[in-house]
Parts: sequence; structure tokens; C-alpha cells
Amino acid sequence: MATAKMAEAANGIGRIAAAFDAARDEGRAALMPYMMGGFPDLETSAALIDAYADTGADLIELGVPYSDPLADGPVIHAAATEALAAGTRFGDVMTLCERVSARVPVLPMVYVNVVLTLGPDRFAATLERAGAAGAIIPDLPPGEDDSIAEALIERGLAPIGFVAPTTAPERLRAIAAAATGFTYVVSLTGVTGERAEVPPELAALVGAVRESSPAPAAVGFGIGTPEHAATVGEMADGVIIGTRLVRAVADAGGREEAVDAVRSFLADTRVALAAGVSAPER
Amino acid sequence: MSTVESRFGPYGGRYVPEVLIAALDELTAAWEEARTDPVYREELGALLRDFVGRPTPLYEAKRLSERTGRRVFLKREDLTHTGAHKINNAVGQALLARRMGKTRIIAETGAGQHGVATATACALFGLECIVYMGTEDMRRQKPNVERMELMGARVEPVEAGARTLKEAVSAAIRDWVTNVGDTHYIIGSAVGPAPYPALVRDLQRVIGEEAREQILAAAGRLPDRVIACVGGGSNAIGTFAPFVDDGGVELIGVEAAGEGLDGRHGAPLSAGRTGVLHGSLSAVIADEEGQILEAHSISAGLDYPGVGPEHTMLRDSGRARYVAITDEEALRALRVLARLEGIVPALESSHAIAWVLSESAGEGIDLITLSGRGDKDLAEALAGLKRLDDGDGDGEDG
Repeated sequence: MATAKMAEAANGIGRIAAAFDAARDEGRAALMPYMMGGFPDLETSAALIDAYADTGADLIELGVPYSDPLADGPVIHAAATEALAAGTRFGDVMTLCERVSARVPVLPMVYVNVVLTLGPDRFAATLERAGAAGAIIPDLPPGEDDSIAEALIERGLAPIGFVAPTTAPERLRAIAAAATGFTYVVSLTGVTGERAEVPPELAALVGAVRESSPAPAAVGFGIGTPEHAATVGEMADGVIIGTRLVRAVADAGGREEAVDAVRSFLADTRVALAAGVSAPER
Repeated sequence: MSTVESRFGPYGGRYVPEVLIAALDELTAAWEEARTDPVYREELGALLRDFVGRPTPLYEAKRLSERTGRRVFLKREDLTHTGAHKINNAVGQALLARRMGKTRIIAETGAGQHGVATATACALFGLECIVYMGTEDMRRQKPNVERMELMGARVEPVEAGARTLKEAVSAAIRDWVTNVGDTHYIIGSAVGPAPYPALVRDLQRVIGEEAREQILAAAGRLPDRVIACVGGGSNAIGTFAPFVDDGGVELIGVEAAGEGLDGRHGAPLSAGRTGVLHGSLSAVIADEEGQILEAHSISAGLDYPGVGPEHTMLRDSGRARYVAITDEEALRALRVLARLEGIVPALESSHAIAWVLSESAGEGIDLITLSGRGDKDLAEALAGLKRLDDGDGDGEDG
């Protein structure tokens, strides 16, 4: 048993499962902060990813900057543009991944053209070498190109499938049932960015995914405060926070301020997730 | 399985956020039904005739023929209402959107021709219309911005990147991702995720169907070469489609070589690589890591780093040949046609004219699609020609 468990834990898919399990054992949802690799520069990114790992990120979504990020709102788009202008390359982001991948499962978030330009095999091999646990490809809807998912799974890495509020019920069940790692539930019909509130239909959407899936369901898009995170954490297995953190870095005056800003936001969010929001409200 | 193609060989597909999949499914089903529905076809046919002004003439350009030594026919899309082939697609999709119960229309535009066509169609059907346009293009094409606004459209400025067509398409897609419930996105070329490349081709096919019939009547046989300019490639694919099975007809797509294929250009088929842009796999201009690069062409309509996936398939199979013409050659061709035929072509179409001027050895019949008129380009073209003339010293094109 122990050997089997260790072998499983050695690959990316197993490490993702272990991270969600550990959070669940603590009675809370897993926290998965996002960062844009190379924004505003590589040195700051390195300090930020260390801070993520130190401040209780259960998993990390690591953005690979892209010229035409269709799923992203203005904040992350601008960060990508700046990271590219600073000369960030795919290999640099993989170096960031390697920095913390032994401590925390890291999932690069990368647009499909970058994947196809490398080729699915080389892409998966590069991620494996950097210790990544899986890949989040926001413009590769499930079923569009199976060769990418196959190349990842062959190396024990999780291709992450998306479900959106517009996903038809039958398709939702199929995506959830085939999930590796976790299912990425897009909380709203829109691009990434902070929103004023958590959509009321979200609980039903997450419920439908969890019902059909052996894997956890993590919710992203629109979560802007520790309170939102706690609300979402009550219904989902994981909470993904992106734009809010990228904005904190963009607004910070320098490297130390950026690190302090993300640290304090993540610490607050961890506390909120552990406490659960419903407690004070009830 | 739908009969509306989602792939052209390996190209095409739907590389978009999951949020859009349901809308693309809905659009595919709606188009499959509409395109064979006699009611839709009849309504579209009447609009194309009475509102757009179809069929457009096929004009034998005798003085141009004399110059090239070949018989040259021009398919006059410049004579449609609003002055470019874009209106064929805009009217067809607006009619489809109404049929689908969508009340809000979004579009992107570069030169402004597709934006104007969409604003026109929306005015006709009383639909809300938002057009995304890069601020650089808004500056270059101010009269078209004013035309759109006059017809009740809202022009939404896009500040990202080089502030041109590529970013306008991205902004429109992001709008669609957010408002997919009540909104239809009228994409302006045969690009984008499936079913758009097939949908736009089907709606532009009228160009080639008319031209094929007209040339048989005028010349008694099929042409030897069919030539059209290629940006996203909608006038070209609409022209080519009815000729694809005519083995003896050579199909030639003319891309923008811009400042030259080793410099900044708009020629992904001639000098690009395979990749994904705006939801489909096709030829793109990108770097070795897959980052999309800015295109360049003097013609705003060809200033785009991607191309429709069906063209990439036709290139690979060898059924069509893709060539490229520089800014300078296109400018000179614009003036040649103006002086020989009294027709001022759009800078886009001038690329097709330029290729025929440069490749006119031997006898035969050429059919060129003149995709639009050049009024919108006058200031840009005159300034460009002045620069060339000052460089040449004499100012004549031989």
C-alpha cells in the first residue's frame, strides 16, 4: 500500500490529488494562487513564487505570458504584454516552476499556440523536467486535440479540463468524468478579472461537476477577496485567485512591496478559507 | 456530425475558451439549417439583389488586357452597396442572427469596411451594433468611423498591442465570451473558430458562382487563372470555392509582402508557420516560441498575421498557389488601374492587380476579384505614391 501510494505521489497527477487531500484533511478548500511568470520581471517573479510556496499555496497556477491571451481580462493581458516586453521566454517560466515544484504542485497556464509550437511531446517533456504537475490550457477545450492530453498523461501530468456556466449538461458530465488532477470550473461567463460578488448559480454548477467526477473541482475567474474565496471554498474543493494577485503586483511600488502585498493577501485568504465564511454570517 | 466543416485537413478547429463552445455549437446548427432553408435563402437572395446590388458585373478590362497581353476580367465587388465584398457576409450573418433571436451584434474591423458593412446590416434589421476597432485604425480610417456612427453603431476603441485588426478581433472575442447569451459575433473574414471559416465562405461563395457563370457567358470558357487578394481570405475563398473542382483553372491568392518577406509583412501562407490565432489552426506569423507577431501591410485589410484555415489546406494540397506583392507594387498597380480603366481599386485588391501586371507572360484568360473600391485609401495611397515618385524622379509607372 505504502509503496503504491508513494509511486502515485511521485507523478504530477498523484501530487495534485495529495494536495487537495491535505487541504480537505484540514477541513478547507485548497488555495491555488495564480501568477504571471516574468511579470514585472523574472527576479520579482522568483521572489513571488517563493512567497506563494511559503505562504500556504496548496498548488500554484503559473502563467506563461502570451501575445494574444483570449481568456484573460485587461489586468492579466497587460501583465503578459509587460512580461514579454521584458524578454520573458518559455524556458524562463519553466525555471520559475522548477524553483518550487518540489514543495508545491505547479501547473503552468499556457495558451495552446505555445504548446503546439513546441509540439505536444516536447511540451510535456519540458514540463516534466521542470517538475510541473499538470497543464492548464485555456484555449484548448476538451476534445479539441487529444494528442496534447495524451502526451501529458503519458508522463503522469494532468491536463486540466474546463467547465463553464454555458457548458451543456451532457458535455459537463463527460468532461467531469474524464478529469485528471481537477476540473477547472469557470465561475462566470466572461474573461478573468475581479467581480463584485460570487455568482448565485455557481453552487449548482460546482455541484454538478463534483457529482460526475472522481477528481476535485476548483473554481476560478472573478474571485477578488478573502471573503469570496471563503464563500467559494464552502462549495468547491479548490479556489483559484489570479487577477487580484496580479493587480497587487502591478500596483506595488517595488519588489519588496509586491512580495508583501501577495503574502498578506494569501495569508488572509488562508485564514478565511480555514474559518469558512458562513460562521460569522450565521 | 454536422455538414458544416470544422476542419480543413488538419487546419481549423475550435481553439477557444470553453465558455464559447455552446455558442459555436448553436451557430453551427443554425447555419446548417439556414443554408438549406428555402425561406432563408430567398430572403437573403432578395436582399443581395435589391439592397446589396447583386449580381455585380464581370467587366472585361480591355486596356489592362492590352497592357498584359492576356484577357483580363474584373469581378466588380467594388460596385456593391458600401463598396466591398464584406457586405455579402454581413447581411447574411445579420439575417442569421435575427433568425437565432440574437439582439446584439458585435464585430471587429481593420480598414473599417467590415465595420461599415456590419453597421449597415444592423441598421437594416434594427439590431444593436458594437464595432471594435484599434485606435490606430480609427485614426487612419476616420471617415469609416463616422459612417458607422452615423448608422447608429457604437465604435469601441481598442488600445492593446499595435492597436490594429488583430487586437480588435481579440477584443470582440472577449466581448463575446462575456455576452454570449444575447450576442452574435459577425466575424469579417473566413477566419476564427469553426463554424466561421465555413460560414463566411458559404456567404462569400456568391462571388465565385456569379463570376463562373458570367465568364462562361462572356468568354465561352473557364478562365485559365483566377486571382484574388488574401488577408483573412474571405473574398478569395468565396471566389475560389466554385472553381476548386475545375482542374484546369489555376487559383492564385495574393498576400501582402509589405516591406518584403524578409521584413515586416502580412503573408503567413508565403512566409509564416503553422499555429493558432483567434481560435483556428492555420498559417500564422509568429516567432519560434509561438508568440504572434504584428503583421504589416500598407493595406489595413491585409494587415493581419493569420489567414483562413481552408487556404492553408489549399496551399498544402497544391490546389491553390499563394504569392505575395509588396506595398510598393500594390501602390503602383492602384494607379495603373485608375489610369487605364478609370477604376480606383482598394489597396487590398491592388495586390491582385499587381500580381497580374507582373506575371503576364503567355496568352490566356485571367479573372481577378476586385474586392473593394479605393476611396477609403485615397489619402494613404496618394501619400505613398508621392514618396515613390519623389524617390523615382519621374512619377510614371512605365
